Amino acid sequence: MNAPVDYILHLADNAVVLGQRNAEWCGHGPILEEDIALANVSLDHIGQARLLYQLAATRMGGDATEDKLAYFRDETQFRNYTLLELPHNGPLVGYAVSDRDYATTIVRNFLYGALMVLVWDALEKSPDADLAAIAAKSLKEARYHLHHAADWVVRFGDGTEESHKRAQAAVDHLFPYTEEFWTSSAAEDAAVAAGAGADVRSLRAAWDAIVNETLAEATLVRPQVRGYVPEGKHGRHSEHLGYLLGEMQGLARAHPGATW
Amino acid sequence: MYTQAMDIPDEPGKKLASVSTTVSDQEAAFEARIDADGRIEPQDWMPEAYRKTLVRQISQHAHSEIVGMLPEGNWISRAPSLKRKAILIAKVQDEGGHGLYLYSAAETLGTSRDQMLEGLHSGKAKYSSIFNYPTLNWADVGVIGWLVDGAAIMNQIPLCRCSYGPYSRAMIRVCKEESFHQRQGYEALLVMMQGTEAQKAMVQDAVNRLWWKCLAMFGPPDSDSPHSAQGMRWGIKRISNDELRQKFIDATVPQAKVLGVTLPDPDLKWNEERQHHDYGQIDWQEFWNTVEGNGPCNKERLATRVKAHNDGQWVRDAALAYTRKQQQRAQKEAA
Repeated sequence: MNAPVDYILHLADNAVVLGQRNAEWCGHGPILEEDIALANVSLDHIGQARLLYQLAATRMGGDATEDKLAYFRDETQFRNYTLLELPHNGPLVGYAVSDRDYATTIVRNFLYGALMVLVWDALEKSPDADLAAIAAKSLKEARYHLHHAADWVVRFGDGTEESHKRAQAAVDHLFPYTEEFWTSSAAEDAAVAAGAGADVRSLRAAWDAIVNETLAEATLVRPQVRGYVPEGKHGRHSEHLGYLLGEMQGLARAHPGATW
Repeated sequence: MYTQAMDIPDEPGKKLASVSTTVSDQEAAFEARIDADGRIEPQDWMPEAYRKTLVRQISQHAHSEIVGMLPEGNWISRAPSLKRKAILIAKVQDEGGHGLYLYSAAETLGTSRDQMLEGLHSGKAKYSSIFNYPTLNWADVGVIGWLVDGAAIMNQIPLCRCSYGPYSRAMIRVCKEESFHQRQGYEALLVMMQGTEAQKAMVQDAVNRLWWKCLAMFGPPDSDSPHSAQGMRWGIKRISNDELRQKFIDATVPQAKVLGVTLPDPDLKWNEERQHHDYGQIDWQEFWNTVEGNGPCNKERLATRVKAHNDGQWVRDAALAYTRKQQQRAQKEAA
């Protein structure tokens, strides 16, 4: 059975939002090799988003297109994890201005990458053949993303005093957002019920193992998490997504109906 | 993307050391290889002035690629479709890749990337001044591909036959990618020119702003090009600035016609006698102002590169510290 469209949009929104964030480093990376690597990671995510939106648009029919889904839906319609929309810095309000922090970028890519190698691996076996094909391609990319990010988490954690401090601060800041991975949503539940989606909650132990092993090697401490659980995948976001979408969608929305 | 700055000294007014008049055996062998249109490789003996000229030229070229990421990077977050966003990220990433292998090619001449970056960041080393102009609407991205990369290809094709092996090999790869960049830029503009009036106006606006800057990219007129003769002798430069400029104009005029844009030069017309297009006067005063650091975006571009480098210091330090720790651990284990 095919996965429901809302589930595909959740996967697509994750990819486009993180792709948009990582592309912000293009031209500003800490070293040329990393500038190129991050652009490549971003490109993979934009590519995943395109395939997923195209699949969703085909199944929705009518006048749906990948760009209508990416550019003409509002904040509350986006179903991405809140983790992915946060700017590359510590906890600050939506309109605060701050320098980008590479540790935040890397730790986010690590936490999400560790999840997606598991999710794509599960979806590769989905009876939804179109989704399985996208998953097979995305799995290869996610493995590289995780490898890249985990290497840097270890270098930061076990590097200098400053890099350790920055990495620990990023882990402390971002870890609570990963709680959202393990909550349920109607779209995910429907996909799992249809036998076409990944049961993310069943992946928690495997995710813990990946994350704990790397954090230990990096001499970083996994924080205790309690309290608020983010709800981005329900369309209730942080203050940051509005700015991200405002920038991303502005030109396309200024010229509705135009072809680019 | 490319630098016009082949003929622009990093320190204007300072003459390059001239070739020694005492001809050693090594020098004779070098000259003979140049005359035979052979390649000079890193391990070969070469005159100091040849080495210096190449380091200056290749590093200027590498800097241009890296600074050139910024004007186009300006539109990545706002690209109006996911397809165009992906193309643009891939393109800007390609420019970073060009920078990487050009720095590597220059390193074979005995200058480190850090030394070259220091030259850029201190303002001593030049980069292509085309990147000191702002990108003000989405069509700038397409026009950069069509005209700026188009001009770059004109300039760079001859460099594939440059006498210095690592540079010529790097240029072969760079040219292939630039050719793709040019076609994607032109294709993006074709789509816009078939679109709404607002889209067509964007394309014309971008062409109006960038046309003359692209012509200046080929460097000063031959009559005012101090290093050209030596560069030609050494097989580093193959075709003169004015010849390349003419070739570019002749190739571009019909493309503009197909596109449906007007090139902003009332003097631009076909000269039957010359079998070339005549064109108007380039504003060299404005060009030199920009080369000397006083264009619209010079300070922003350079400060942005410096900031990225400085902000990234802790990342590079962490990588080095971690590697050292790993080495120490390995030594301890071995002991």
